[in-house]
Amino acid sequence: MDPTLSLGIDIGSTTAKLVLAEGDKTLCQTYERHFSQVRQKLYTMVRDIRPLIRGRTFSAAISGSAGMGLAEDAGIPFVQEVYATSEAVRALEPSAGTVIELGGEDAKVIFFRGGVDERMNGSCAGGTGAFIDQMATLLDVSAEEMDRLSLEAERLYPIASRCGVFAKSDVQPLLNQGARKADVAASIYQAVVNQTIAGLIQGRAIEKKVLFLGGPLYYCHGLRRRFSETLRLSDDEADFPEYGRFAVAIGASIYARKSGKVFTEDTLEAALRNALAARPISSRLPPLFADESEYRAFAERHARASVPARDPQTYSGPAWLGIDCGSTTTKLVLLSADREVLYSHYSSNQANPVGIIREQLVKLRALCGDRIAIAGSAVTGYGEDLVKSAFSVDIGVVETIAHYTAARHFRPDVDFIIDIGGQDIKCFRIRGGAIDSITLNEACSSGCGSFIETFARSMGHTAAEFARLGLKSAMPVNLGSRCTVFMNSSVKQSQKEGATVADISAGLSISVVKNAIYKVIRANSPQELGRNIVVQGGTFLNDAVLRAFEKELGGEVVRPAIAGLMGAYGAALYAMRLSKSSLISAEALASFEHISKPAVCQGCSNHCRLTVNTFSGGRRFISGNQCEKGAGIRLSGERLPNLYEFKREKIYNLRAGENRRGRIGLPMALGMLELAPLWHGIFTALGFEVTLSGPSTRRVYEKGQFSIPSDTACYPAKIMHGHIETLLDEGVDAVFYPCLTYNLDEGGDNHYNCPVVAYYSQLLRGNMDRLRNVKFLCPFLNVNSSRELSREFLAFLRKSFPEQRFTGGEVKAAVAAGLKAQADCMASIHAEGEKALAFARAHGKRVMILAGRPYHIDPEISHGIDKLAVSLGFVVVSEDSVFPLADLPRVRVLNQWTYHSRLYRAAQYASEHEDTQLVQLVSFGCGVDAITTDEVRSILEAHGKYYTQIKIDEITNLGAVRIRLRSLLGALEEK
Amino acid sequence: MPSEKRRYVAFTREMKKDYTILAPNMLTLHFRLLMQVLRNHGYHMELLETDDPSIIETGLKYVHNDTCYPAILVIGQFISAIQSGKYDPHRVALIYFQTGGGCRASNYISLLRKALEKAGYGYVPVISMNLTGLERHPGFRLSVRTMIELIHAVLFGDLLMSLRNQCKPYEITPGASDALADRITRELADKMKHDPAYFAQTRAIYRHILDQFAAVPRSGERKVRVGIVGEIYVKFSPLGNNHLEQLLVDEGAEVVTPGLFDFLTFTLFTKLTDTKLYGMGRLRYPLLRAACRVMLSKQKELIDVMKKDGRFRAPTPFERIAALGREVVDEGVKMGEGWLLPAEMLELNDSGVHNVVCAQPFGCLPNHIVGKGMMKPIKEKHPEINLVAIDYDSGATRVNQENRIRLMLSNASPGGAVTD
Repeated sequence: MDPTLSLGIDIGSTTAKLVLAEGDKTLCQTYERHFSQVRQKLYTMVRDIRPLIRGRTFSAAISGSAGMGLAEDAGIPFVQEVYATSEAVRALEPSAGTVIELGGEDAKVIFFRGGVDERMNGSCAGGTGAFIDQMATLLDVSAEEMDRLSLEAERLYPIASRCGVFAKSDVQPLLNQGARKADVAASIYQAVVNQTIAGLIQGRAIEKKVLFLGGPLYYCHGLRRRFSETLRLSDDEADFPEYGRFAVAIGASIYARKSGKVFTEDTLEAALRNALAARPISSRLPPLFADESEYRAFAERHARASVPARDPQTYSGPAWLGIDCGSTTTKLVLLSADREVLYSHYSSNQANPVGIIREQLVKLRALCGDRIAIAGSAVTGYGEDLVKSAFSVDIGVVETIAHYTAARHFRPDVDFIIDIGGQDIKCFRIRGGAIDSITLNEACSSGCGSFIETFARSMGHTAAEFARLGLKSAMPVNLGSRCTVFMNSSVKQSQKEGATVADISAGLSISVVKNAIYKVIRANSPQELGRNIVVQGGTFLNDAVLRAFEKELGGEVVRPAIAGLMGAYGAALYAMRLSKSSLISAEALASFEHISKPAVCQGCSNHCRLTVNTFSGGRRFISGNQCEKGAGIRLSGERLPNLYEFKREKIYNLRAGENRRGRIGLPMALGMLELAPLWHGIFTALGFEVTLSGPSTRRVYEKGQFSIPSDTACYPAKIMHGHIETLLDEGVDAVFYPCLTYNLDEGGDNHYNCPVVAYYSQLLRGNMDRLRNVKFLCPFLNVNSSRELSREFLAFLRKSFPEQRFTGGEVKAAVAAGLKAQADCMASIHAEGEKALAFARAHGKRVMILAGRPYHIDPEISHGIDKLAVSLGFVVVSEDSVFPLADLPRVRVLNQWTYHSRLYRAAQYASEHEDTQLVQLVSFGCGVDAITTDEVRSILEAHGKYYTQIKIDEITNLGAVRIRLRSLLGALEEK
Repeated sequence: MPSEKRRYVAFTREMKKDYTILAPNMLTLHFRLLMQVLRNHGYHMELLETDDPSIIETGLKYVHNDTCYPAILVIGQFISAIQSGKYDPHRVALIYFQTGGGCRASNYISLLRKALEKAGYGYVPVISMNLTGLERHPGFRLSVRTMIELIHAVLFGDLLMSLRNQCKPYEITPGASDALADRITRELADKMKHDPAYFAQTRAIYRHILDQFAAVPRSGERKVRVGIVGEIYVKFSPLGNNHLEQLLVDEGAEVVTPGLFDFLTFTLFTKLTDTKLYGMGRLRYPLLRAACRVMLSKQKELIDVMKKDGRFRAPTPFERIAALGREVVDEGVKMGEGWLLPAEMLELNDSGVHNVVCAQPFGCLPNHIVGKGMMKPIKEKHPEINLVAIDYDSGATRVNQENRIRLMLSNASPGGAVTD
């Protein structure tokens, strides 16, 4: 045997790598994308190196996430990839202190000093290489092009880094609002870096030098630059070795030598043949069509749902234009007076919707000539505001209204519409000719439509081909109905098991449908949806998705032939109420110019990052602003009451007293945003100077990001780390965040806090090293009994400040003062709530109960949604300001949490008042809200009210929220 | 106490006569014994040992998909069972355990009722088995005697589980340990039925069980020991954790799973803590303290027998686990598995099991704190510990979980020998 010859195989989620080594020498290395054909690919790759192994004996080992099942079937030793990386690094680069390796879908960090510590991303953190690919698709550039662009960046935008889906929700609006691709590309890389720091490095010191491995770090120079700059590494300290892509394979070859199993050319060939033959199948679904005739019937039925079209050359007279500027696609429809389609256009917006629409308008104007006069125009979709100001479009229509207008025209008795677009799933139930309820997908399950497209491309197919293949799949893979990041790993698993592209295509279609039905609509049966269902949106042009939807429902639906154009079609119909249009003229189009520039808003301390779009003719459009100030709009004289603003002023303006005993810091996050007056009152009365950490900003979050141990906790909790850092920077002597198993008792079955609010300080104590330099006070306290609280306070003060003297009487008086301050604060909030309601009624304004938690007043947590609601004309009150005005309704769940109980009572109040709407704010990752949302919804719907839920996270994009609130307004007005 | 009239269908005395009560499975050995105890007291119990993918599908259909995975599984299992046609839906009741704590898990019962309503079985009574008097069901009352019997059943279950885990990786005849555990479970159930005084002879029973397991032929090799801690359901239930124990055994490890008894004792102790920390529930304090003492003495009896026998590793006394936990977490942390979870990690490490899998449902709230939140301080104090957190969820794939478990295992045994 040749003890020195060994073959290392690394099969990742997207690529396969081979390394044939003889001792320290690499004889050959190959790197190829496997397009999910894992077993065949390996077989051919090995065939290609056969001359090198002919007549020799050698060892072999497989590594990589997609290699597990294969190794087993082939009888080739398997080694876990992180372990393999460590082996390789020990052999090749013993001086490395830290390794950062990004793969197709995994991220790993290995620390070599002081005991090897290997870390992998959690199951939620999503991909990195695949994520970059997905983002490149979104930017409509190749991965190489994106890398080149990123090197020209001038600024960075904040992009949510926790998972690909969130990042996408940030990127798409940026592009639609005209941000430079170069800046976005660099920002995407920065998001990957931030994710690595937050999710894996987690505050551990980076030992030099740092070795960067894996495909993405080999290919993307922009990503390298972001890493070096962020980690402040000099060129000597950051090593991007030539073998970066092959480290795992090299590690596998080293492991192979140790494993001792010997192969020859023939035995390896036989082993791989075995693997090819053994294709385990775990979970498969029945095919979309049983036979060809079933498919024909399906195709014929849907071909009937068409719209009349007319050759524009034969038409003269007025026409109306509808534009739908969606998240990934741009659509235009021109209608004649008889509602015939004269012209239509559907294309990917290639991250430059303005350019595309301009091109189209030039074309249209030429087509119309003098015969056809555009009598009205309307625009809808994500890019509504941008397009409206760019081209002087007459009116903007809320997406939901546009779609309903289209569907209603198409099918007057429609009672349920589902639209799956590139990024959104929207469902409306129609009752009595008005939109009765609106369901939009949450940030988490978004990205479904474009997800299929991205996947198609990654497997080397166009979306249309991919869909056609899916129709023919004999056994679609079962990918579950969760967020797309999970689907990524499910696909990976099915690839491992040898699923074909057709099976994956069909499986993805079924998953998208299941997501829509069970996650977004949350229906149990098709009867629940309606009798006359219209499906639309670009995603339904995919026949596999359409078929999967009908199969899942067990019934037939109507898909208009113009399914992808419905928004534009509806907008055009909507525009027909106009007779004269201000749409940009042919002459102005010829000299049209569009410049977009980044800027920072100086309107308030929030300093929103703006994109300023300037168009020829001096029209301007500003985006990125969280409130109307940034958009350059002057506030009118009248200001509507906003309880969130009132509460912020109350809480953040607590003044420090004199310092007789030391400085205590209160981190202004989680429950502290309600009970600050209590603790502030007690400590001030005792002679401590109380320092508050103030409202959060993105910067505050980033400051503490590195010490967050659980990435999937809610943003309000994670931001706590930044507040603690802020207080420590201020030099306080002690930080106080108590453990409150029980919150204020306001009736209900019990009065718990959620586990995160209750015990977060336990986590902080163990995970934030800097807290060891000060006194960190996290006593268990009972806030419902003055006597108990005094007793507990005295005990922990004496323990924590042994050098000071506290008397029982003094503490008792301080506690009494604190409790009074707390009661006064809450009473003033209730009074202000009633005042706001009275104001609304006196002035005929709509009331919105923006119902969440006390910590949702933090501007960084709720992203200025309260201000947005006010700008839409709502008087905004909070759940805690109105709940005393209603009794607790009958709820079907345990009502054990103080915050929840308020939600239920606020919902009851909304139900009892015609002019009041409730919008529930839900922080992503809030487990207990999975329970409250259903309950609040049923309280409201039992009284014929709309239920609107807004999920919030790190995402700073208000576009989707705006659409949602405007839809609500639109629906209220139509009613 | 409930703020309005009864919001649930009660299980009446009449129902006790001829209703079948379905119970979800979490720990087969334990639950078979628990069922027997209840059967002996006149309830027609049936343990749902189903384990097919349709359970998840059904669960996702009827439960809010953001709810924790255990709720989706348990409710899915119940509704699949009712829909299976095996039972008369009008002659069936469900039972579920409810701790009534601040974790959302205390709402599983409400979610189950909602799901039943959605599925058209709103009339099916759901019995809440709890220690806090959250609900009352006239047809289902547990006497002190029944309680003591249940506690014994749990201890028997813990013993069987522990011995099986200690034998299985080394057994010469594959399947021998499992078969033996199953057989003893049946024998115990039989004994409980025919010999009402069995719990006066617990010591003899323990010894008998120890002898039987000691007789299982085993190889003398030593394997890597891997502990499992976590959220109670996914820690124990193979349905919840993708057969984690089996996976670890297949990968050549010996599994060490701290028992169910500690969790029960823990929930009881948290009530005492409420009095201590917040001055709540002073009236019930003496009774609860007495109950805790009974629990501890029962556990001590088992430990004494095992120690004296000496052939197998005995469990660590509850008080010792609690004391270890104080190193990183305060005793007031009581939601979910509370302080017990990090305490179990520390106890495993302390008893030489340095490799630990912490299993939790994706997005589990208490586990942000007591699971993932405690890993850094534990690793700092005990650098030898090899901890991995695994999330379980309907969407999480096995390949992801396996990959991380393999990483943990390759660190457990340098050279990767465990995979061979």
